[in-house]
Amino acid sequence: MSEHAAFLARSRVQAQDETHRLKILRATSTHAHVVGDMQRRQFADWESAREAAARLKDDALARLPDLLERFESRISARGAKVLWAADTAEARRHVLDIVRRHRARRVVKTKSMTTEEIDLNELLESEGVDVRESDLGELIVQLAGERPYHIVTPAMHKSKDEIAALFHEKLGARRDAEAEELTMVARQHLRDAYITADIGVTGANFLIADEGAIVMTENEGNGRLTMACPPVHVVIAGIEKVIPRLEDLALFLPLLATSGTGQQLTCYNTIVRGPRRAGEPDGPAEMHVILLDNGRSEIWASEVFRRSLRCIRCGACLNACPVYRTVGGHAYNTTYPGPIGSVITPHLRGTAQWGHLSFASSLCGACADVCPVNIDLHHLLLANRREWVSGSSAGRLWGTAMRLWARAMSSRTRLDRVRRFVRVAERLFPLAVPKSKRTRMPRLARRSFADLWRQSHGDHSR
Amino acid sequence: MGQRVSLFIPCLVDQVYPEMGLATVRLLERLGHEVDYDPRQTCCGQPAFNAGHHEEARAVAGVFLEVFGGSETIVCPSGSCVAMVRNFFPSLFEGLGEHRAAVAVGGRVRELCEFLVAAGGADRLEGRLDGRFGFHNSCHASRELRLHDEPLALLSRVAGCEVVLPEGEPVCCGFGGLFSVKFEAIAAAMARSRVEVFRELGVDALISNDPGCIMHMRQECAEREIDLRVLHVAEFLDEATAGRDASE
Repeated sequence: MSEHAAFLARSRVQAQDETHRLKILRATSTHAHVVGDMQRRQFADWESAREAAARLKDDALARLPDLLERFESRISARGAKVLWAADTAEARRHVLDIVRRHRARRVVKTKSMTTEEIDLNELLESEGVDVRESDLGELIVQLAGERPYHIVTPAMHKSKDEIAALFHEKLGARRDAEAEELTMVARQHLRDAYITADIGVTGANFLIADEGAIVMTENEGNGRLTMACPPVHVVIAGIEKVIPRLEDLALFLPLLATSGTGQQLTCYNTIVRGPRRAGEPDGPAEMHVILLDNGRSEIWASEVFRRSLRCIRCGACLNACPVYRTVGGHAYNTTYPGPIGSVITPHLRGTAQWGHLSFASSLCGACADVCPVNIDLHHLLLANRREWVSGSSAGRLWGTAMRLWARAMSSRTRLDRVRRFVRVAERLFPLAVPKSKRTRMPRLARRSFADLWRQSHGDHSR
Repeated sequence: MGQRVSLFIPCLVDQVYPEMGLATVRLLERLGHEVDYDPRQTCCGQPAFNAGHHEEARAVAGVFLEVFGGSETIVCPSGSCVAMVRNFFPSLFEGLGEHRAAVAVGGRVRELCEFLVAAGGADRLEGRLDGRFGFHNSCHASRELRLHDEPLALLSRVAGCEVVLPEGEPVCCGFGGLFSVKFEAIAAAMARSRVEVFRELGVDALISNDPGCIMHMRQECAEREIDLRVLHVAEFLDEATAGRDASE
């Protein structure tokens, strides 16, 4: 089945699932509330803040190659190794090299969408490596054998009772354990992982060019432990994450926390400038930073789509999107679901297979309204559609239908003629259309407005 | 006080809901405006534009430019069509001979509520219609044109009418033109949520400013046999002001 057909099938099921819908609606509405509150409390002028953030990102993107090289030279000078990965395969090779060199058996990792992008867990498991997700939400989906449902809140679709049942089965928690108890069970399960892991894998929320530093923001402290305890730290970051200066965090950290989770700041914000240095008592002996391109350069090269690389992965557009709220995060079958996913996935993975996502939107613009870096996501979906049409993957049927439509609509005389034809067809073949479609499809009025006007005013058309 | 306005009737109104167009005409005339309508007009081209078919969109939008090239003020009872003309025509005709005309026409087109509030005599509007009415603002009117208060200002001129809005507005009804054809199940579920929210607020009827949203929500009500009237704001105001001449 094509991705398009599979998406349609999944979305049909999800659209009917009331329990799912109400669960997601509750989660996303709560999100909208706390985000709105925090915007008002933390920012005197939210619009200016996001405009400033967009400008900063645009400026960074304009100098992307320079900034990345500066980042590389500065962090390398302190002993970290920077590895460039053009695509998934290269990133996986880098990871495997490190794993094999260290004969690693255990890896602990944080939540990171880039690791999802390269299917890191499957890769490591196929090497016989034990991988443990240390973010609570990621641990839940890992134990459930699923993929993240959301880029910020991966287990958003699981109720507390479902999690209790899962933890009971997998981790021996009490079947009716409350949230706090469940968290303690997860914590117990993870403590050991930090201490015994051979490698800690993290993502990065930002790369600071001037400092040669990676920045991680999180709420559970698991990122800091993942980075600091194991002897080797591997960072996998998208190349678009680089920003010029440390001071830029003054805007981006509160912006990300506000849009992502409605917080003033996330609980843990860690800046790492390299591995352990001589004389330092702790920290990893080795640090590797894998800079992942994986299609980003192509997006970067496009004047229109470059602004999609401003994205700081806050997930606000997912929460705001009525389509995401209806079909949920798994229906997309992409690393990045929701509006930003529908914009970038056709570029990252190919239009032929993923172009349908650009059309799976009512273009309502709720995503663009909430975007903290002012990406006009719904307009980029329109741009995607245009590319799809001019590309070879466009459906012939739609092309023909559009040409016929345009021909009928380019003249009132032709439009009148088509209308007469459709009116007759409607009368002759009413039963050819299934009943459910009949209520969904509008019937033409007995007379068009133009017709009624000509009757009452005469035909003034020249 | 009245102005001479050129009416742009959306294709959906022209072909499916002419009564919305007639209500628009009566409302404008009641407020003293002189309404001019050229039957050569067809559509703004948005269906093709949103589908990514720019060439076809330009063919249809070209008719619009031709028909409305000489119009002083163009009024249209759909924020979606106005957004197409005002916000998207310039990019559609980028680098072409018609570009200047496309930009110019965008500056002269007004959504009905926008026109009535800004220059069209909303303050002369007097009417009465009793009931509790929900208002659904279209995404294009609210997010592309930034029209939030205009329709509400008009509704507030009607005595006896209590307007209720759900929390977290605006929320899409799921229409989206081609979207509701290609992804019918999602679009229907979105309409269901939308209609439900208003029914929970106990409204007598639902008012909206876009024929697309109205069609989509009416179809949802029809399919699920929900007894809820969904009205165009022009129909509502026409009904509320019937028999009153506010042109003096």
